[in-house]
Amino acid sequence: MSDSPASATGKPEPSRSMLARMRDSDIWHSFTRSWITMIAALVTFILIFSAIFAHQIAPNDPFNLASLSLLDGGKPPFWSPDGEWRFPLGTDQQGRCVLSSILFGMRISLIVGFLGVVLAAVIGITLGLVSGYLGGTVDSVIMRIADVQLTFPAILIALLIDGTMRALVGTARSEVLVFWVLVVSIGLSFWVQYARTVRGSTMVERNKEYVQAARLIGLGRVTILFRHVLPNVIGPVLVIITINMALAIITEATLSFLGVGLPPTEPSLGTLIRIGNEFLFSGEWWVVIFPGLTLAALVLAINLLGDWLRDALNPKLR
Amino acid sequence: MLAYLLRSLTQATLVMLAVAFIAFSMFRYVGDPVASIVGQDATLKDRQELAESLGLNDPFPLQFARFLGNAVQGDFGVSYRQGRPVADLLIERLPATIELAVLSAIVALGLGLVLGIYAALNRKGVIANIVMSLSLIGVSLPTFLIGIGLIFLFSVYLRWLPSFGRGDVVAFGWWTTGLLTDSGRKSLIMPVITLGFFQLTLIMRLVRAEMLEVMRTEYIKFARARGLSDGSVHFRHALRNAMVPVITITGLQLGSIIAFAIVTETVFNWPGLGALFVRSVEVVDIPVMAAYLMFVGLVFVVVNLIVDMLYFLVDPRLRGGATVPAR
Repeated sequence: MSDSPASATGKPEPSRSMLARMRDSDIWHSFTRSWITMIAALVTFILIFSAIFAHQIAPNDPFNLASLSLLDGGKPPFWSPDGEWRFPLGTDQQGRCVLSSILFGMRISLIVGFLGVVLAAVIGITLGLVSGYLGGTVDSVIMRIADVQLTFPAILIALLIDGTMRALVGTARSEVLVFWVLVVSIGLSFWVQYARTVRGSTMVERNKEYVQAARLIGLGRVTILFRHVLPNVIGPVLVIITINMALAIITEATLSFLGVGLPPTEPSLGTLIRIGNEFLFSGEWWVVIFPGLTLAALVLAINLLGDWLRDALNPKLR
Repeated sequence: MLAYLLRSLTQATLVMLAVAFIAFSMFRYVGDPVASIVGQDATLKDRQELAESLGLNDPFPLQFARFLGNAVQGDFGVSYRQGRPVADLLIERLPATIELAVLSAIVALGLGLVLGIYAALNRKGVIANIVMSLSLIGVSLPTFLIGIGLIFLFSVYLRWLPSFGRGDVVAFGWWTTGLLTDSGRKSLIMPVITLGFFQLTLIMRLVRAEMLEVMRTEYIKFARARGLSDGSVHFRHALRNAMVPVITITGLQLGSIIAFAIVTETVFNWPGLGALFVRSVEVVDIPVMAAYLMFVGLVFVVVNLIVDMLYFLVDPRLRGGATVPAR
């Protein structure tokens, strides 16, 4: 690719703006070539945007008990004869607006997923760096733990950690606690992949000259690892983070659906689906179907983005 | 062969010991065994006597050894909430889960192989492309959403299939099966699809990718050049070599089937182990959680052992026994 005349003119010049340079990059090129990826990016952007600005966008406040009225309960979506524009996607039994609940629920789902993935990345990267750099006993102990944990599916690990922590901190006394229990469960179930990836590249970097130079001028291990090695091994991690984001959201939704995640007072998408599921047979399908579709769209879009990013950044496929 | 077998066995034992250790730590330190047995108004002296008689004051290794000994004999203690031996609870619910998991695995593997081979051989075909796009959705969607979607379509809207429970079951000793009654079979359909769907899509995509990879190799070209029939090239040469990674992943996926059985059983109120486990997490019933952990650990270890053995059947390079592949 480098010998084609197009890329010779596309060399970044100092005078050109970042935007122009971005438009010439390989990644942008492969992005505009795949319309599925562009749709996925658009959907992801819209969903994240509306989750961030849920307070401004939501037509109603589903948590303000004063504004709820049982008279509004069980209203269908706007296109059916009994529907009202006030509640575009209908209401549940308590008269909560389904659309507003979805917006706020998605916000919580995204926050839990994001924090869980960040925690997993921090744990995984740290252990991977240490493991790859030190080698020896430390390395084999960490990697043995990773092996054993990898034998089990993440959702099972998350359930176990969730259960254990509930027992340790006293069950569900405070919503804030439940929130963090969930974040930690997700963080501790997904660290292995980061640790393995980072360890691999750290073992390569360890023997390079810049690391030796850093050691020669007397820098400490921590400085070398985090200031010098880390920036060189972080690349693949970003792809894993994107793909794991979808997994983390699914895990959170599954835990909440199983009833061991967030409580109905602070509902995520999973909790909304669980609550709505109980009304499926009374004909109020919209209470469960709309949160379900939102979750599906969110996860599918992030997954597609992650797939594209993996292929776009993989030098073997260029 | 023997060395390889021994190595696998040692590794399996170590994993099992680690799992048992975690289960024991949970059992002993997370929940308070004494508080769960005596009532609120027990005196301090009563509690100490009980702790002594339960052996809770013994040194840690001794307690762990006792826990292991009991577990090997099938004694996992008494459920905090139900007041019954955990082993009884597990055995009662085991058939439901096994029936569901095995049927799902058969459906996923069978259909996955057929569809995967079809998609690989007709790469440009319309049906193959539709199947591939659908499979992407299957890989992304959470299991419980698929279950709810099926219930909505077949139970609420069409009213064809029951949405919860096992229907009528026939008992043979301690084993129960729903396969022999009409309502039992009907009850199985949706849970089996829900549980198998993810595995099905995964196996299908994997078989397709591996087949495409193998079809590009030199020996396939050579086989064609020798004038062998399509069937022979596709199934005797290509498929066999595509199977090695498929077996590994499928074997490891059996673990995920167990994990997703937790979700499927909750969606369909299936009276299996997974539902029991979720219930025990909800009410913090530590002995049940610990026993379930040991059970799942055992399943995983046994499956991994079987997968290791299967390599020998599929990959002739391993049969020499001289080289053990570094995994």
